[in-house]
Amino acid sequence: NNMVLHASFSSRSPKFCVVGGGPAGFYTAQHVLRARQDVEVDVYERLPVPFGLVRFGVAPDHPEVKNVINTFTQTAKHSRCNFYGNVNVGKDVSLGELRQAYHAVVLSYGAEDNRRMGVPGEDLAGVYSAKDFVGWYNGLPSCQELSPDLSGDTAVVLGQGNVALDVARILLSPVDILKKTDITQPALEALEKSQVRRVLIVGRRGPVQIACTIKELREMAKLPGTRPQMLASDFDGVAEALKDVPRPRKRLTELLLKTALEVPDEDEQERRRRASRVWAFRFFRSPVEVLAGPGTSRTAGIRLAVNRLEGSGERAHAVLTGEVEDVPCGLIISSIGYRSTLVDPSVPFDSRKAIVPNINGRVHQGLYCSGWLKTGPTGVIATTMNNSFDTAKSLTDDMASGAVDLSAAKAGSQSIAGLLEKRGVKPVTFSDWEKIDSVETSRGEATGKPREKLLTVQEMLQVAHQ
Amino acid sequence: FTSGSRTLRSDKVTVHFINRDGEKITVKGSPGDSLLDVVINEDLDIDGFGACEGTLACSTCHLIFEEDAFKQLGRITDEEMDMLDLAYGLTDTSRLGCQVCLTKSLDGLVARVPESVADARQSQDG
Ligand SMILES: Cc1cc2nc3c(=O)[nH]c(=O)nc-3n(C[C@H](O)[C@H](O)[C@H](O)COP(=O)(O)OP(=O)(O)OC[C@H]3O[C@@H](n4cnc5c(N)ncnc54)[C@H](O)[C@@H]3O)c2cc1C
Ligand code: FES
Repeated sequence: NNMVLHASFSSRSPKFCVVGGGPAGFYTAQHVLRARQDVEVDVYERLPVPFGLVRFGVAPDHPEVKNVINTFTQTAKHSRCNFYGNVNVGKDVSLGELRQAYHAVVLSYGAEDNRRMGVPGEDLAGVYSAKDFVGWYNGLPSCQELSPDLSGDTAVVLGQGNVALDVARILLSPVDILKKTDITQPALEALEKSQVRRVLIVGRRGPVQIACTIKELREMAKLPGTRPQMLASDFDGVAEALKDVPRPRKRLTELLLKTALEVPDEDEQERRRRASRVWAFRFFRSPVEVLAGPGTSRTAGIRLAVNRLEGSGERAHAVLTGEVEDVPCGLIISSIGYRSTLVDPSVPFDSRKAIVPNINGRVHQGLYCSGWLKTGPTGVIATTMNNSFDTAKSLTDDMASGAVDLSAAKAGSQSIAGLLEKRGVKPVTFSDWEKIDSVETSRGEATGKPREKLLTVQEMLQVAHQ
Repeated sequence: FTSGSRTLRSDKVTVHFINRDGEKITVKGSPGDSLLDVVINEDLDIDGFGACEGTLACSTCHLIFEEDAFKQLGRITDEEMDMLDLAYGLTDTSRLGCQVCLTKSLDGLVARVPESVADARQSQDG
């Protein structure tokens, strides 16, 4: 067994593990490995492949963002670190067993579920969560059956955060751009045939409250083959509201105003004239009901409530006016947030915020959390990095102060390996992942892509364990 | 310290980094190098610095300058400003280290690494 071979460390060293092989898991491990020369860390990951949302979330046309993988790879190859993929904590091994085997456990398994809209018709054909849609085009094995119906002219994306803009951009991008990325082949083929010409990105509140970042907005504004189509009336009073807001919000809103209202220069006018696809923000609207076509269970439109804002700035909240508006559309993607789930009943959980309550990453004695499970599903990788370093610091402080009891020797992965073997679970080590990686990159080379991802767990395991 | 000895001293630009813990580290870089290059070449221990490897996709190379120095650092593109807007502890004299390139006239430049969230909280607690 590979695991036993790898686990030839000194038996007395402090041992901890992280649950989840995404950015939070790797950044937490990295920071502790740097801070202490004696600690050993194991990373347990549910899937046979590492990197979490960097692989399965970050848009395929953002390859630069994925450069963080190089640092994670260095961490995984560190002599005091081991990666064990294909181990589902809560199912293949319990949290109790991990806590027995290690001096400390860090939960960093992210936010794998999504918030529901909670409106009638939400489950009609043609309605998808952004989580599933993103998982589909990024090759997440559990989302490969999705085959979204892209035969309609108009798509409605609910939510105005970065994920919503990723989805809109992927729906509207020229296929020539996408085919040079690591988007999956089935997604590429579906997008090639897509009839979607217009994407409405709908938000409850107004332009000043929009949740995306300026980089994503600028990308939309420049997206080849598309033009913006906004409603000038949505921007009433916005310019005046900008005086005292912090710079990031100010620059974002200024770009939004420019894109929506300003008469563009001639080049841009020409670009817009040639554009065959349209994107637009729709503000002050909340979903009320998904409407089926007559006599079908297929999405034909969405009923939106018209809101007005009470209060101002970030704190403003949407209040129903009683008015509604029906928008015909064949595709609805709800992008109103990811949500963490609970892997073990012994862990405290704030089900309203969907996070594990913690103080600087501390949950219980010997139990920590980091990443989206700790903060909720917001922020970029740099945010996740900072909060993971924060948790790592709590952990090393506690090791130093004795709050984490290091007096007893712990068996670490050696004892977990035994349990997994008994249960018929064969972990994927980091060198096993490198076999998958090399198959994927060489498949990609054949078609001019950085990689062609394997799309089923079965296929991944086959390559890993051949 | 042996790596720089082959080049003439006068070609090099001295840069002082002030690390998160307040420690000052003085190194030399070549004109044309970005501050991210300097951090990598000199193997400076700044955890998490340069996560996207200089491709303007992360903001982890955020550095803070004194006002006079800041003015000499050259033009900021919209794209750099966009990423800077996401940086933790943004100031009016912040730049992204991967976008600032050394010139001889920057000799003696002081670049401060902003406190991370954790450090900021620590110093608040006393
Ligand atoms: C669609 C999308 C696009 C994004 N784009 C960008 C971007 O362009 N730039 C940027 O900076 N940030 C981006 N982000 C944000 C970034 O992905 C997150 O900040 C980061 O991934 C959070 O890290 P995490 O480790 O907490 O969670 P995750 O990345 O989700 O990692 C959690 C890991 O835990 C594993 N896991 C789950 N359950 C178990 C279990 N029971 N046992 C073992 N393992 C388990 C999962 O398989 C996963 O690998 C994006 C996010 C999304 C959703
Ligand atoms: S290294 Fe990522 S923006 Fe500079």
